[in-house]
Amino acid sequence: MSLESPVGRARGLGSAKEGAGHWIAQRVTAIFLIPLSLWFAVSVIGLSHADYATFKAWMAKPGNSSLLLLTMLTVMYHAQLGLQVVIEDYVHCECKKIAALVGSKLVIAFLAVFMTVSILKVAIGA
Amino acid sequence: MVEFALPPNSRVQPGKVYKAVGAKNVKVFKIYRYDPDSNANPRLDSYEIDLDACGPMVLDALLKIKNEIDSTLTFRRSCREGICGSCAMNIDGTNTLACLKPIEDIKGEAAIYPLPHMPVVKDLIPDLTLPYAQLASIKPWMQTQTAPPPDGERLQSPEEREKLDGLWECILCFCCQTSCPSYWWNGDRYLGPSVLLQAARWILDSRDEMTGERLDDLEDPFKLYRCHTIMNCTKTCPKGLNPAKAIGAIKEKIMERRV
Repeated sequence: MSLESPVGRARGLGSAKEGAGHWIAQRVTAIFLIPLSLWFAVSVIGLSHADYATFKAWMAKPGNSSLLLLTMLTVMYHAQLGLQVVIEDYVHCECKKIAALVGSKLVIAFLAVFMTVSILKVAIGA
Repeated sequence: MVEFALPPNSRVQPGKVYKAVGAKNVKVFKIYRYDPDSNANPRLDSYEIDLDACGPMVLDALLKIKNEIDSTLTFRRSCREGICGSCAMNIDGTNTLACLKPIEDIKGEAAIYPLPHMPVVKDLIPDLTLPYAQLASIKPWMQTQTAPPPDGERLQSPEEREKLDGLWECILCFCCQTSCPSYWWNGDRYLGPSVLLQAARWILDSRDEMTGERLDDLEDPFKLYRCHTIMNCTKTCPKGLNPAKAIGAIKEKIMERRV
């Protein structure tokens, strides 16, 4: 039971003075992903019957590997921003929320690093 | 986690049935009933209404029930012309004002519940303490450093005044506020569409001089950015306003001062 006044409850801890950066980044990455996704889809269709040597030659072109890295990193960043919102929306236990927020960032960071290494390995590896 | 099912003591049970004997043009109203003093679960009572002896709006039917059938039915109402916002409730699945909702627009039985996801005081009366406190928290009055002119009002050009159209008409019925899923899940921290529309009304007012402070107070992942542009608010507003657009205007202003 709390005898805190309703206005005291509504004012809470005040404003965090942030949130705009997250909101802008989510929209900017979504816009970036429109051309990047189109490029990715066209490339995958073009390579659908290619053997590994053809694929490796395609990846060895700096333009292709750079665009693939950019697409993957943008997807990861956008996914992390989206996951954060979903967790904040639905997880109300503070300890679970913090664990989910930190954990999801860690998983996304690992995936981003793993895929970067994989792409570079195919693109410039022996 | 978010609770998607009602707690056992809030689950709605079947209720009493009130027949309209001898009536030819009958419409059934299924109305949510809850009395906190009875310790019983809420129930859904059925009232048969003779539409030939009833006014055209849902509020007319509620008043007929209260006056002629069951005086214990409890609801708020005042102006009966869509200005006071008292009779906001969930009718036929949509939050609206009972006084502006024609009975003939409802197909089949008319289901009437209080505004969703708020504590219920009794029957169709929700406890609106929190949204009123949230409204107070955004200081919905003009704030200035400049003293008002000694010989007249603070002036505003017609273009500046036009920016308040679509905002000043809000009657604070909280139909939008209680239709918003973000407000359902995080109402303790998210200010909600009607309060943010009121905030926009002062942010966009050329006479107010505390725009920066107002934006500072709103820039928060929960107070403002819980709005995910779901648009239930705009769809449900009985006055045809667009709270989602007003919230967008606040986000635009915050972006404007960053770039």
